[in-house]
Amino acid sequence: MIVTAPELEIAVLVLGMAILLLEAFATKIDKRVLAFVALAGLALVLVASFFVAPGASTSQATGFWSFYTADRLAIFFKQFSLLTTIVVLIMMIDYAPVVRRSFPGTTPQAGLGEFFALPVFTCAGLMYLVSAIDFVFIFVSLELVTISFYVLVSFTRRNPITLEAGTKYLVLSALSTAFLVYGIAWIFGVTGETNLQRITEAMANPVIDRGAALLGLVLVLVALGFKIAAVPFQLWVPDVYQGAPTPVTAYLSVGSKAAGFIVLLRVLQPFLTLPQIQRLIVLIALLTLIYGNLAALPQANLKLLLAYSSIAHAGYLLIGVACFDAAAIGFYLTAYLLMTLLSFAVLIIVAQQTGEKIADFDGLAKRSPFLAFAMLIGMISLAGVPFTAGFLGKFFIFYAAIAQHQTALVVVGVITVGCGFYYYLKVVRAMYWQSADKSDQIPVNALSRLAISVLIIATIWLGVYPQPILDALKR
Amino acid sequence: MLLFVIFCPVVAAIVTMVGAPARKTALIASVLMFAATLFLLVSFDRSNHDFQYVTSLTVSPEWHLSFTTGIDGLSLVMVLLATIVTLAAVWFTGTVEKYENAFYACLLFISGGAIGAFASIDLFFFYAFHELALIPTFLLIGIWGSGNRVAAAWKITIYLAIGSFILLLGLILLYQSFPVSVRSFDIRALQAAAGLGQITAEAQRHVYLLLLIGFGILVSLFPFHTWAPEAYASAPAPAAMLHAGVLKKFGLYGLLRLAIPLLPEGARHWTNLLVVLLLGNIIYVGLVTIAQRRLDWMLGYSSVMHMGYIFLGIAGATILSTTGAVALMFAHGLAIALLFALAGELRKRTGTLVFDELGGLAKVMPFAGLAFGLGVFAAIGLPGFVNFAGEIMIFFGAFKNDWEMDRFHIFQVATVLALWGVVISTVYMLRAYRKTFMGTLSERWKDVVDLRPALRVPVALVIGGLLCYGFFPQSLVQTVTPVLRTYLTTNR
Repeated sequence: MIVTAPELEIAVLVLGMAILLLEAFATKIDKRVLAFVALAGLALVLVASFFVAPGASTSQATGFWSFYTADRLAIFFKQFSLLTTIVVLIMMIDYAPVVRRSFPGTTPQAGLGEFFALPVFTCAGLMYLVSAIDFVFIFVSLELVTISFYVLVSFTRRNPITLEAGTKYLVLSALSTAFLVYGIAWIFGVTGETNLQRITEAMANPVIDRGAALLGLVLVLVALGFKIAAVPFQLWVPDVYQGAPTPVTAYLSVGSKAAGFIVLLRVLQPFLTLPQIQRLIVLIALLTLIYGNLAALPQANLKLLLAYSSIAHAGYLLIGVACFDAAAIGFYLTAYLLMTLLSFAVLIIVAQQTGEKIADFDGLAKRSPFLAFAMLIGMISLAGVPFTAGFLGKFFIFYAAIAQHQTALVVVGVITVGCGFYYYLKVVRAMYWQSADKSDQIPVNALSRLAISVLIIATIWLGVYPQPILDALKR
Repeated sequence: MLLFVIFCPVVAAIVTMVGAPARKTALIASVLMFAATLFLLVSFDRSNHDFQYVTSLTVSPEWHLSFTTGIDGLSLVMVLLATIVTLAAVWFTGTVEKYENAFYACLLFISGGAIGAFASIDLFFFYAFHELALIPTFLLIGIWGSGNRVAAAWKITIYLAIGSFILLLGLILLYQSFPVSVRSFDIRALQAAAGLGQITAEAQRHVYLLLLIGFGILVSLFPFHTWAPEAYASAPAPAAMLHAGVLKKFGLYGLLRLAIPLLPEGARHWTNLLVVLLLGNIIYVGLVTIAQRRLDWMLGYSSVMHMGYIFLGIAGATILSTTGAVALMFAHGLAIALLFALAGELRKRTGTLVFDELGGLAKVMPFAGLAFGLGVFAAIGLPGFVNFAGEIMIFFGAFKNDWEMDRFHIFQVATVLALWGVVISTVYMLRAYRKTFMGTLSERWKDVVDLRPALRVPVALVIGGLLCYGFFPQSLVQTVTPVLRTYLTTNR
């Protein structure tokens, strides 16, 4: 079977449209069927993606291939996006009752069709984004992602907190888009190019106006900083993460962030000759690490805790960016995908029974040993205990930082790891030490049980045997 | 056989978590581990100072990372210590009121982590196995602890987490200090490369400092010791036995295994710092121990204090003093485990460990009194116990370091000061014994009963180990010294 990379995105887009059409014409069906169709379709595309031969595109830099690459990194992150979307869809099925409550009065399952269809389009956007090597294409695919997220974030629109989250996300995201366009304009003005490869060549020219190029890049960094939730562009994160429907929060914190980091790596490539860039990234990384971890310490709401921890993890990833180590970032993102989705999956199930506060997890070990164990693995992996993927992620990041003699980053990194142990183990404490008011079992449906088990096994497996991911990332 | 010893506790822990009868599974597993270790001890080839029973499984060829296990004389002694203490700790546990299966699983995880760390030849797994014990310790103190358990659990967990990440940085830096062509996580490969002088003196100094701080936090080196007494006082007795007896030795073992063969120049450079810190352990913490008014706190502080002697043996860097350090690690592990176990039994019976409320208990608990007395004698270092052999080797070995007829260097001064530590520990140990078991028996404790006969087996086992090697320290020395001799002679 021969598949080329662009066909994957086309397949995903067609799948999305098919689901919308199905929803429009087959009005009588249980809407969850749509989710299963989406799941099956995405799984098929995921399987197909393993047959794509990675090929460099920069040699044939004309037409379509001048803004699209299918290198190993791109293929890897296409699979990453597909996997994320699949897990998010599984969570959405669990979350459907909450969405239904938000559409009273109309038909019993109103709104669910779009809820299941939009992630498919977002997925296509993410897949385009990781292949983009031209500023125009980066902009277009980023908008495809962002606009789907506008809708998803404010989907349960009867909830005032969700509406607030949607508005904040819309306004600040639009602002960051404006920064992006302005930055692209400056870079285009200086170099006369939008293709990253040709910008690299142009930057090698000594007559280029480096100051202006730097300004353009900083403007682009502002926009990307918003996507990856780096300090000082993180202000939207707590509110939006808390207000959005929980599966969407998970999607935002994994999918959107991973794509942001890949674009960041690609965009920085031409500008590595500018000496200021590394110092700037180191500064942002330090601020992000310190802010994310310190702000997470006092949180009593698990969803907020995960929001701040996602800022903290952006800090560790930025250490990797400062050292420009794509393999370390790729591995860290993979680990982050597994452990974050694992935590959110448990959160969604438990939150519908009790609530989202850490105190609502009291005595979970008694009520559902399976969910408590899953959360335990998620939390210790996020904290960075060996034999979990999260530890190896941190290991590779610190390895890169020490190799580059980034002492400040290493010192701050170790201190913030200590903070992390405190706030992640707070959840463990609640589940295992405290006793619960209620003692009834928490039901878990078969699909979620399967997904959670797979995530647990993958988290531990990658913590012991990281080689498959390292091989996939080798360029 | 070695793999069996490593994975037996881990598998047993998982089986217990799934729902097997907890106490039975744990007891069977620890007896099997102990038997397997005895087998290893007997079949171990003492004339061969390389690793034996080596098995290897490649994990990542590009990082030269593989799951490699094996034992030499040094790790054999540590594994033996770990299995004896595990057996004693499991035996002493008895029935647990809540989450019995989880309790035994946590104990077995700690034990498996420690044994795995001692038997790993690969740096990465050496580190990772030790960390396996972190979360179980947190849970053990948090769920089943007594006293100020919440604060103690947080303190030990965050201290050890930061300590081990500092250690991780040291290990990464160590790995990167070698030229790219010889980089490996295999300790044997690193040792061969270090023997050829492929690690620069400057790099050695940096790495050694990081390792000293990282391991120092894990071993409760002064001034990073404050987590230890509180944690041991709050922990349930079996957890304190395993942690103080076995897990804490990981840091000392690491220094012997890595710093001495790989970083001799770094060790020389930081000798003075280490000597000052270890005197802080012996003198300062020793005096603090005298001031304790509770048995559990006193035992916690005393275990911190005794680390000072072992550090002196390691800092002394002579064959005699490092051998003494290993002997004392073994001896202290057994002695402190015995004392914590008996203190735990006392707490179960009386509900208090404050000296002023106890007294005269030997009248109602003659066996416990005898056992505690022997434990106290061992901890002080009375001849006949292996503690004595260890301490005397440390003192002679350290005193010999840099010895000149006409004047004292830092090691001679340090040894003389450290000898006062023996007096200090005599004071607090005997005082504790007098206040707990001697004197008049208060009315409150008339009905206290002695240890059940079944519990006398692990006590006899531990005391037997102490006496056995105490009367025949030569067999221990013959096992350990070849390794240390290679370490100390090849690179200098």
